[in-house]
Amino acid sequence: MRAKRDWLPGLLLVSPSIILIGVFVYGLIGWNFQLATSDKHTNIADGEFVGLDNFIAIWSEARWPGAVWNALVFTVVFVLTALLLGWLLALLLDKGVRGEAGFRTVFLFPMAVSFIATGIVWRWLMNPAPPDRAVGLNALFQDIGLGFLANEWWLTDRWGMAAMALPAIWQLSGYVMALFLAGFRGVSEDLREAARVDGCSERQVYWHVVLPQLRPVTLVAVIIIGHMSLKVFDLIVAVAGRQLAADVPAIYMWDQVYEVRDPAMGATAASYLLLAVAVVIVPYLVWTLRSERKAS
Amino acid sequence: MRRGWTAALAISLAGVLTATACGGSGGEDAEGSVEVFSWWTGGGEAAGLDALIERFEADNAGIAFNNAAVAGGSGTNAQGVLESRLQANEPPDSFQGHAGAELMDYIEAGYLEPLTEFYAEQGLNEVFPPELLEQITLDGEIYSVPVNIHRSNVLWYNPGVLEEAGVEPPTTLAEFEDALATVEEETDAIPLSLGAQWTADHLLESILLASLGTEGYNALWQPGADWSTPEVTEALETFDRIYAYTNTDAGAADWQEASQAVVDGDAAFNIMGDWALSLFQEVGAVEGEDYGYVPTPGTDGTYLWLSDSFTLPVNAPNPEGAQAWLELVSSQEGQDIFNPLKGSIPARTDADASLYEGYLADALTDWQESTMAPSYQHGAAANNRQKSGINDAVGVYIRDGDVAALQEALVTAAGEAG
Repeated sequence: MRAKRDWLPGLLLVSPSIILIGVFVYGLIGWNFQLATSDKHTNIADGEFVGLDNFIAIWSEARWPGAVWNALVFTVVFVLTALLLGWLLALLLDKGVRGEAGFRTVFLFPMAVSFIATGIVWRWLMNPAPPDRAVGLNALFQDIGLGFLANEWWLTDRWGMAAMALPAIWQLSGYVMALFLAGFRGVSEDLREAARVDGCSERQVYWHVVLPQLRPVTLVAVIIIGHMSLKVFDLIVAVAGRQLAADVPAIYMWDQVYEVRDPAMGATAASYLLLAVAVVIVPYLVWTLRSERKAS
Repeated sequence: MRRGWTAALAISLAGVLTATACGGSGGEDAEGSVEVFSWWTGGGEAAGLDALIERFEADNAGIAFNNAAVAGGSGTNAQGVLESRLQANEPPDSFQGHAGAELMDYIEAGYLEPLTEFYAEQGLNEVFPPELLEQITLDGEIYSVPVNIHRSNVLWYNPGVLEEAGVEPPTTLAEFEDALATVEEETDAIPLSLGAQWTADHLLESILLASLGTEGYNALWQPGADWSTPEVTEALETFDRIYAYTNTDAGAADWQEASQAVVDGDAAFNIMGDWALSLFQEVGAVEGEDYGYVPTPGTDGTYLWLSDSFTLPVNAPNPEGAQAWLELVSSQEGQDIFNPLKGSIPARTDADASLYEGYLADALTDWQESTMAPSYQHGAAANNRQKSGINDAVGVYIRDGDVAALQEALVTAAGEAG
């Protein structure tokens, strides 16, 4: 056993955050699960333990399956497009564009805007009014003779959330670009040179040498974008308000808690959200822990 | 670097000061202040509230008025904030709520003091219409004081578009459907403009009232009401036919855009509460030229009402101050100060009619002569759970267009409300 004075000061230093995180993060998560497994369907009910009843019942609610579907469409479109676009932008910048710093700033700027502001602007851009009253992108399409591209955006049946992903992509692909650019720069020039000497074409250098080393960066990007996407709330409220056409789990949760005033159902929706995010995050944590251990 | 530290210090100091300032307002001398919570932060509502506050401060020199208004349309944000304060047992001295069943959750949770005695003391039972009192009595007690009345069943129309189509403002549902069809054929205008999902709920309550009649509509809000009757089916089918005349991009607009489409001549009709009037005045529209109004077809003689009211929370820090506030808002004087500014009419029957012009003058006469039906979309008829159930049902109907499923969902919503 090591001497007390070795580990005690360290423990004392971190114990406030351990306690605070214990209470305010894990304690509250525990409380949330306790609510979700109770029948506290009004603010005044006592809430008896009912096991996983709520977790099953929620699937027969009118709104929930649609909300989950919407979140899935949104996440798939948003994450894939933002990754692809961010990667492409980073690749172009990495090839040495003149005025790289300028481009970098321009691409990153949208990230400084709040989702609410983005939402308000895109609400107008994606206005689905028919041709005679068209504004925003639909009007632009008409003016440049691409009227057939005009569409109902997020009001499109079933797949409308793909359009809802556009503002999110606009906002965050610059961030993904920054991550990838750092990744590209992290690949040592020696390796590239070595590959070139061995007769690789420039494309092969990127495909076989640079890309495999970007895996950690890609994972980080997927996790950051993915968990934001699953929790999305403000952007959608700004674009669509709280309507069924653009329902997602976070909005469903809000409505359950503040409109219906059903704490148990709200907590159930929150639990599903947490689980969905955990599915994305836990593998990442495991992976980081493992690589840290390897490094030490 | 040095400057960075100074800045950081200044910011954190400012933070501390703000924090203490916030804490301070809660802990002030209870005799000295009264905190009133509302969602009136803009336009005529805020002007009306300010005028009331001025009057209150003049009458109650010792009491400081603390205006705790939270911005956000029809109080959705405010209600979130309020809920957390009530749960933490830190209520304001009085808060705004829609009169009627929307208060049920607060009452069941024991957050509200009954005001039945206050009504008797102040002689309010004689000055509010008996039908209104009956409709805001919950479990034998009254829990709030209505300060104003809005009307939900108003059909706004554009006289120019109607003339172009060659139709008169309709008075029955059948005439309304004919008029919508004619407008669609004869003009480029939207027959019936609609906004976000909740405005479809708003439309539905008017159609339900028109189709079922006042008695049938009011019966829907009694315990154990039957929503599965053929009459309701017929009403919903009418709703379905009328909904077909609305704009396809409704979801992308809120009520303001939908109502303004009428004065702009983009739409022939719009069914919206009489708060649309303030919007029309704001954009400089002229009555008779840019817009006209009739009760929703088939509902003449019935006032589909909603009302903003004030309450007395249990454990209010300053109940005497709250009582003084309630006295003011329930008085003839208070209601006549507030309502002309807000663009609504007083709930009291003894208002000074000379203060109300144009639409409001008509509304005041109608209020005193009509039978009454409570609005569910605006909190008077249904508790929060049923209202949300109806909203979801209408949302699913907008998505799928299935009338039978709509009725089924409405039956479920009524069953869960119990």
